[in-house]
Amino acid sequence: MTEVTMTVNGKSVSAQAEGRTLLVNYLREGLGLTGTHVGCDTSQCGACVVHVDGKAVKSCTVFAMDVAGAQVLTIEGMANADGSLGVVQQAFQDHHGLQCGFCTPGMVMTTAALLADNPRPTEAEVRHELEGNICRCTGYHNIVKAVLAASGQDAGAMAAE
Amino acid sequence: MPKDTGIGASTKRREDIRFLTGRGVYTDDLSLHGQTFAVMVRSTVAHGRIVSIDTAAVEAMPGVLAVFTGEDFKDVGGNPAGWLINSRDGTPMREPKRPVLAHGKVRHVGDAYAAVIAETYAQAKDAAQVLSDATVIEDLPAVVDMRGAVADASNRVHDEIPDNVCFDWGWIEDNRAAVDAAMKAAPHVVTLELTNNRLVPNAMEPRASIGEYFPGTGDYKLTTTSQNPHLTRLLVCAFVMGIPENKLQVVAPDVGGGFGSKIYHYGEEALVLAAAKRLGRPVRWTAERTESFLSDAHGRDHVTKIEMGCTLEGDILAIRTETLANVGAYLSNFSTATPTFLHGTLMAGPYKVPHVYVNVKAVFTNTAPVDAYRGAGRPEATYSIERVVDKMCRELGLDPFEVRRRNLLTPDQFPYTTPVGLVYDTGNYQATLDKAVELADVAGFEARRADSAKRGKLRGMGLSTWIEACGIAPSHLVGVLGARVGLYDAATVRVNATGTISVMTGAHSHGQGHETVFPQIVAEKLGIDASSVEIVHGDTAKIPFGMGSYGSRSLAVAGSAMDRAIDKIIAKGKKIAAHMLEAAEGDITFADGKFSVAGTDKAKTFGEIAFSAYVPHNYPLETLEPGLEETAFYDPANFTYPAGAYICEVEVDEGTGKVDVVSFTCADDFGNVMNPMIVEGQVHGGVGQGIGQAVLESTTYDENGQLLTGSYMDYAMPRADDVPFYTVDHSCNTPCTHNPLGVKGCGEAGAIGSPPAVVNAVIDALQRGGHTHVTHIDMPVSPNRVWQAINA
Repeated sequence: MTEVTMTVNGKSVSAQAEGRTLLVNYLREGLGLTGTHVGCDTSQCGACVVHVDGKAVKSCTVFAMDVAGAQVLTIEGMANADGSLGVVQQAFQDHHGLQCGFCTPGMVMTTAALLADNPRPTEAEVRHELEGNICRCTGYHNIVKAVLAASGQDAGAMAAE
Repeated sequence: MPKDTGIGASTKRREDIRFLTGRGVYTDDLSLHGQTFAVMVRSTVAHGRIVSIDTAAVEAMPGVLAVFTGEDFKDVGGNPAGWLINSRDGTPMREPKRPVLAHGKVRHVGDAYAAVIAETYAQAKDAAQVLSDATVIEDLPAVVDMRGAVADASNRVHDEIPDNVCFDWGWIEDNRAAVDAAMKAAPHVVTLELTNNRLVPNAMEPRASIGEYFPGTGDYKLTTTSQNPHLTRLLVCAFVMGIPENKLQVVAPDVGGGFGSKIYHYGEEALVLAAAKRLGRPVRWTAERTESFLSDAHGRDHVTKIEMGCTLEGDILAIRTETLANVGAYLSNFSTATPTFLHGTLMAGPYKVPHVYVNVKAVFTNTAPVDAYRGAGRPEATYSIERVVDKMCRELGLDPFEVRRRNLLTPDQFPYTTPVGLVYDTGNYQATLDKAVELADVAGFEARRADSAKRGKLRGMGLSTWIEACGIAPSHLVGVLGARVGLYDAATVRVNATGTISVMTGAHSHGQGHETVFPQIVAEKLGIDASSVEIVHGDTAKIPFGMGSYGSRSLAVAGSAMDRAIDKIIAKGKKIAAHMLEAAEGDITFADGKFSVAGTDKAKTFGEIAFSAYVPHNYPLETLEPGLEETAFYDPANFTYPAGAYICEVEVDEGTGKVDVVSFTCADDFGNVMNPMIVEGQVHGGVGQGIGQAVLESTTYDENGQLLTGSYMDYAMPRADDVPFYTVDHSCNTPCTHNPLGVKGCGEAGAIGSPPAVVNAVIDALQRGGHTHVTHIDMPVSPNRVWQAINA
């Protein structure tokens, strides 16, 4: 076991890790940040997406040791400073973009990264970019709406309901 | 003008805040002092005799605390089937024991025969691999194909069941001769053989369980991913472990989706309890995704021959079906009800069809158990009916919209007794069909088809008019049908001294939004702010009783129990108010949160009455108990019957066979709607799963019983770019006539109505494109299958 240090949600943190400890397990068990979820173990479902140095990554595919010293952002760091929901989080609530909540942290983290790269995506771009995140509850309708709304677009009109 | 609070308002969900900030608490998020980790050791072969398990090989490994095998559980009970089905000849179904851990034989890939408990997960995982290598299993031939299973009596999943048949059920057997005669006399008979593909429910949260044992009191606690903690408690206590019910607390905290797969009790739950007692420490287990694929109860998996007798004008005269239903290697808790009373009873659809007969043989195979998955039996019935109606239209050259209109029951025919044993209480199927036709712009289809053609695509349109029976279920009826439980539900409404309210409900929310919707109803009925109402669910120590959430029953059954309990609160409040206001009880009215003396301005607020109940200084103590808390159990008088019309448009690429679902329109009748936003979300989710079944998802075992689709690399889950925006409508409402809220349930509709609409659209596209030899393609309509069909 080795002490691994990184910056998570703006704070310098340390926890013990083995060589085989995945970043998701380091976050969940080492730091108690259980908002990041494990849905598939094989980098398919995206429930474990976090940001490492500004990029969305699947934290079940990264060894904790490999990102020692990195800047990591998780779902626990997405709210505004006053505790209110951030723009992406608020859009998901406003548009009912979540049901059971299990895939939600990964969806929010992927969305934040997507909008940082492409601030006004088309519906097709949103659907393509969300391919790496599986949701079984929503049929994606309201997730896509939430992402479009978070980008400042008229999601209701784009969904043509 | 839409309401912004109370019943009918699209209130935003309060539970979203914790889920969006990473503060939900799912079972695997809990970390307990002294915890240990269990890893299951699962069969890698579909069928085999366990020769030896060398537990000594792992007992000295680092961190290993205990090893369990089937031997440790051979003297406890089996996990039972919840419904007893009798065969046509009156004999009861064959019901082999389903042990906590396999003993003697393993019967499917993934069948757990041992478990290792260790200090860390990694140590348990390492030891489980070593134990797997130190186990000798003699391979036996696998029974995989259902037709082969029935035909070959020498190869048996269970040694005592020679033909692998669980039951051979006829519904309704006494009607068989009349149906045969009607079919024989029919001017035209349409025949279709089809497969309803096996699906894996795939809740995004894998199953997980934590067992605790408290030696000081002898109490157990099970925290588990369950849709119905009380049923799990009942099964663990009364059937499997023999623990007194009052010594086991079952908690289902935040649960990440269920879709049926978390209704059932699984062996891992008993294992972690037994291990916690032996070790005196908490024992936790969480499935990996591949374990979920291998060991969660799967859904569907029917092979059906359906015949429909009709006139040349398209009037349906008779329906007859023969189905082989796969139950897998063991009977899961609802597995015998799903292909029978949730399937055969729906085989008249929404139509006036005088003669219906259903035959179902349930077959054991060396595959994972199959049970209820979103819709459960009703999607299978709907798919069979709506596909054969569509085929009839093609054979007779009739318009599928007109044929439905000819046959749909009309509003004046309710209540309507079907030939398969149900009484539909109310509906207006023409209205939902008309609404769907309008919203889908059926009139504009030809223009859209021409546009698709310009882009080299074949466009087709498919229709499905569907009905389901949900709000499960009237106990007296299901008792007659073989259920071994009642299917009522319960609620306690506790008014606290300061006027806030806690509602303990037997329903369990794992995505449905009960924490938001139930308070909307309480607030409306009591004239108070919804924010002062809290929903408590998922804990047998906190709630009176409950049968959980499945079968679109939460609101119709548990919600009705809550409604009844609120009525009792109001009734008691009137007694208190009468005393305080010095009036006759009969003169007290309750409205807008106030108890008033009729015809006067004398009134007490709800809060004043609540306070008086707990500080009874001016209170009729000689005739009335203090406190303000009421419990109600509600047993529904009938099923509820949501219904609707779905229209799908697809584009098919002739060159590759790829199907794109380009539009999907739903017009549903759910009765009264409590929160439109949530109802629409439920339909979206159901349709997403239905499109998944129709286009993408296939659970494939090879001839040796190896699961070829055991991860998200191999099992095609619908993703965001596989589906379009959906158009959903629920304005054509006929309120349920027999529950107090007038609600019917919306959770399963999308998954029930959508698969035939998709497949009908694909066949339509191919037919219009000149491929007139293609009359059916089994689901999923993958590029390979569509291309093969086109080029056959």
